[in-house]
Amino acid sequence: MKRALLVLAVAALYVLHQDFWFWRTPYPVFGVIPVGLFYHACFSVAASLLMWLLVTHAWPHHLEREVEGADAEGGDES
Amino acid sequence: MIPAIFVFVYLAVVVYIGVFAFRRSKGHGAEDFFLAGRSLGTFVFLLSLFGTNMTAVAILGSSGNAFTNGIVTYGLMASSSGLVIPLTIFLIGTRVWALGKKYGFITPVQIFRDRWECGHIGTVIFAVQAVLLVPYIIIGIMGGGTTLSAVSGGFVPYWLGGAVVAMVVMSYVFFGGMRGTAWVNTFQTLLFLVFGVIAIGVIGSGMGGFRGAVEALGSNPATSWLLTRERISPYYFFSYTFIPLSAIAFPHILIFCLTAKRMVQFKKTVIFYPLCILLIWAPCVFLGVMANRTAGEIPAIREKQEARRVLAQQGRQMTPEQREATREQATGDDVILHLLQHYAPLWLAGILGAGIMAAVMASDSQILALSTMFAEDFFAFYGGRRRFGERVQVQTGRIFVIVLTVLAYAVALRAPETIFEIAIQYAFSGFAALSPLMIAALFWRGSTKWGALASTLWVALAVTAVAVFQQTYPAPPPGPPAVVWSIGGTEILARTSSGTSVYGFMPVVPMVLVSALLMFVVSKLTRKPSAATIEKYFSK
Repeated sequence: MKRALLVLAVAALYVLHQDFWFWRTPYPVFGVIPVGLFYHACFSVAASLLMWLLVTHAWPHHLEREVEGADAEGGDES
Repeated sequence: MIPAIFVFVYLAVVVYIGVFAFRRSKGHGAEDFFLAGRSLGTFVFLLSLFGTNMTAVAILGSSGNAFTNGIVTYGLMASSSGLVIPLTIFLIGTRVWALGKKYGFITPVQIFRDRWECGHIGTVIFAVQAVLLVPYIIIGIMGGGTTLSAVSGGFVPYWLGGAVVAMVVMSYVFFGGMRGTAWVNTFQTLLFLVFGVIAIGVIGSGMGGFRGAVEALGSNPATSWLLTRERISPYYFFSYTFIPLSAIAFPHILIFCLTAKRMVQFKKTVIFYPLCILLIWAPCVFLGVMANRTAGEIPAIREKQEARRVLAQQGRQMTPEQREATREQATGDDVILHLLQHYAPLWLAGILGAGIMAAVMASDSQILALSTMFAEDFFAFYGGRRRFGERVQVQTGRIFVIVLTVLAYAVALRAPETIFEIAIQYAFSGFAALSPLMIAALFWRGSTKWGALASTLWVALAVTAVAVFQQTYPAPPPGPPAVVWSIGGTEILARTSSGTSVYGFMPVVPMVLVSALLMFVVSKLTRKPSAATIEKYFSK
C-alpha cells in the first residue's frame, strides 16, 4: 500500500511538471518572480520532499544489508 | 587583467587539490585511482556527483537560453532534472553501487558483460559510449579557452587559454585520479552555489532592483512572452522530461555512483539534488531574462537583441550561412559575463569569473571516465592486466588521460565549436536512449545481450541520422518549423530553429521509446543468460 502511494506520488509530480495552467500568465509573484518560474521553483522543492519520502519509506535496506554484511566497517571519510 | 589573476589563482588551487589527492592516495591499485578506493563520504559524494553533472550549460547555457527563450528554460532543463535525476540515482545508482561493492565492478560495461554473459557486445557498448562522450571533452577545452580569453580582456589568446585549461585538467586527473576529480568537483560546486547568490545580489543592486525590470518586460508586448511559455509547444516541453534520463546512463555518473563508501551516502544526495539545482539554475535563468532590460546600458546585449530582431523579421530571406551568422550574434551564452563586467566591481568579477571557469572545466569527470573505461573495459578485458599487472593498467589509464587531452586540444584548435554543440545536443538524447540498458539489466530477468545490442545499435544509428538530417536541412529562423515530411497534412518530420521535431516531439522521445521496445522484443526472441547469472542478480 505504502509502495503504491509512493509510485502514485512520483507519477503525480511528473504530471504536475506539465503545468499548462500557467502557460501564458506573466503574473509576477511578490512583484518580482514570474509565476511560471515560481511554480517550477516550488516544483523543485516538492521534488526534494518526494525524495525524502522515498528515502524514508522505500529505502532498499536489503541491498544495504547484503553489502554491509560483507563490509561492516562504518565511518564517513574524505 | 585583475579578473584573469583571480582565475589563475583558482587554477593553481585546483592543481594543488589534485596533487594533494595524489599524496593522500592509499596505494597504486586500480580501485584507488579510478574509484578513490570506494571511500567518498556524504559531503564530497553529494557535491562531486552534482558538480559532475553540471557543465558550462548550468551557468552560461542556462542564462543564455533564458535570455533568448525566457523563463521556460528553468522548466525545460532544471525542474525536470530535479525530479528525474535523483529518482534514477535512488533506483539505479544504489543498485549499481551495491553490485560494485559485492563483485568489484568499476565500470557499467563490466556490469553488462557479467549480467548478460557477453564480451564483444560490451565492447560495442563501450565504443558507442566513448564516441558520445568525446565531444564534451573538446567543448570543455574550447569553453576554457574562450572564457580565459574573455576575462583577461583578450590578453590571454584563445589557443593559450585552451592549452592552460587542458594542462590544468590533465594534471589533476593524472595525479589525483577519482579522488582528485571528486575534490575538485566539490570545490567547484561550492563556487557555483556561491556564484548564484552573489551574482543575483550584485546585479540586482546594480540594476536598482528587479521589480521595475519585471514590470517593464511584462508590459511591453515585444518582451512579455519572456515571462511566459507561450512560444514553446507543450509537446516540446514534455519531450524535455526524457533528457534527464541521460544522467544515469552517462558512464561518468555511474562510475561516480561506485565511489561512495556506504549506501547511506546516497540518501542526502537524492534529497538535496533538486535543491542544489534550484540554487544554481533559478538565479541564472532569472538573470538571463533580466538581461533583456539592460540593452540601454550594455551595448553588447543591445547588439544581441538587434540580431534576434533581424533574424525574426528577415530570417526567411537570408541564406543559411547568413542566418547561422546572425543566430551566432544573437546567442546569449555570454550575457552573464556582460552583466558581471558591467555591474560587479573588478575584484568581484574576478571571483565570479573563477566560478564560471569552474563551470566550463567540468570535462574532468568525462576524461577520467573514458580513461577508466579504456583501462578496464578494453586493456584489462583483452588481457592487459593479466599480462602486465595492475600497476601497468593504472599507468595505461594515466597515459590515456594525456593522449586524450592532447588530442582534444588539437581538435579544439581547428574545428568550429558549433559542430560539437550539435554533438553534445544529441549526445544527451543518445545517452537518454541508452538508459533502458541499465534499467533492463537491473530490473528485468528476461533481458538479453542481443536486446542490449539492438538498443545500442539503434542509438548509434538514430544519433547519426539526426546529425546528418540537421546538417542537410539548415535551421529555419525562429517561428514555424520547416516541414520535411508529412502524411495527409500531419507533420511527421520537421526542422525547427533549435533542432529537429518528430511528430511534434523532440527526437529523444522516439529514440528512448524505440530503444526500450527493441530491448523488450529482441530479448523476448533470444536466449537468456544462465540460471546462475540470473540468480546472482535477482536473488531475494
